[in-house]
Amino acid sequence: MYVVVVGGGKVGWNLARELIDKGHEVTLVEQTRRRYLTIEEELEHAVQYGDGTEMWVLERAGIQRAELVVAVTGDDEDNILICQMAREKYDIQRTIARVNNPRNRELFDLLGVAPVVSATDLILRLIEHEVPSFGLVHLLDLHAERLEIVEVEVTEAAPAAGMRVADISMPEGSLIISVLRKGAGFVPKAETVIEAGDEVLVVLDPGLEDTITGLFAVGA
Amino acid sequence: MFVLIVGAGRVGAAVAQSMLAQGHDVSVLDQDPLSHERLDAGLPSSWEEAGGRFTVGQGIELEALKEAGIADADVFIASTSGDNTNLVIAQVAQKRFVVKTVIARVMDPARATWYAEQGVRTICPTLQAISMFESAIVEVS
Repeated sequence: MYVVVVGGGKVGWNLARELIDKGHEVTLVEQTRRRYLTIEEELEHAVQYGDGTEMWVLERAGIQRAELVVAVTGDDEDNILICQMAREKYDIQRTIARVNNPRNRELFDLLGVAPVVSATDLILRLIEHEVPSFGLVHLLDLHAERLEIVEVEVTEAAPAAGMRVADISMPEGSLIISVLRKGAGFVPKAETVIEAGDEVLVVLDPGLEDTITGLFAVGA
Repeated sequence: MFVLIVGAGRVGAAVAQSMLAQGHDVSVLDQDPLSHERLDAGLPSSWEEAGGRFTVGQGIELEALKEAGIADADVFIASTSGDNTNLVIAQVAQKRFVVKTVIARVMDPARATWYAEQGVRTICPTLQAISMFESAIVEVS
């Protein structure tokens, strides 16, 4: 796969190296001369010097034949523009953009730039995962598909604790897909009894989070 | 007419002053509080006393745009020092706040031309300068 990565910071440089190690063809674009020279010592011809929001720079990097464009500069405006041009001008189907400031996420959505990766959001997810008091943990958001997968630890007080899966009144648009019990996971059957302390994975339509919390994580 | 100008540099501030002088309502948003001095320059008292509005904040932040009055804006001018910022906030003004007239200053001719084709009204000082140089050279040769 041919990948153009724009932004040679820690994320971009390491990403380029990993992709090259996995056998992909990569061009990394970096606009700071000193940074470029440092990276060039390692990546050689796989890094180019220039402002990756300029069309001629993107074209020199061969964006027209890229199968994936990754915008990971430290500027959200730049990342938005790079992905917007990649999609709309160069007809690249797959782009990934980094969100530096989570408050800008709305702008990416508004201008049709997706998917996005935000380090802050990722760390927040980890915190939710490590600190169970949050009750419900988002594992995966499929924005475009309007689906999400959450993990919830079943509390003693929860209505679902002690009930057979078949008897739990799951809201329309949700489904229990897996149960983690004593460190092992399994796919539940209709007769499986949910126990307090189980971690339950649920796939659901966005908006059903509160109902799910009310079934599994009362008093969390 | 209510004009919102983001970026009070030489261009933004001058356009703000002339719009105000023509009797329009003008609000200016800039991240640097000191840029206010450019708005005061040449006025008998201050920008506010002359009837202007000034908000400190970043054009890319929706809250700052709202505070500066984007919901009521008839004209939105993106004249920060960053081409990409101008192109992003101009699209936000169009798509999110449905401002009737949106104009962005874009220094890079390539981006200015392409985004103009996509429906963002752009002004490119670089293209202007190039053609002025060209005609100046033609005149002397």
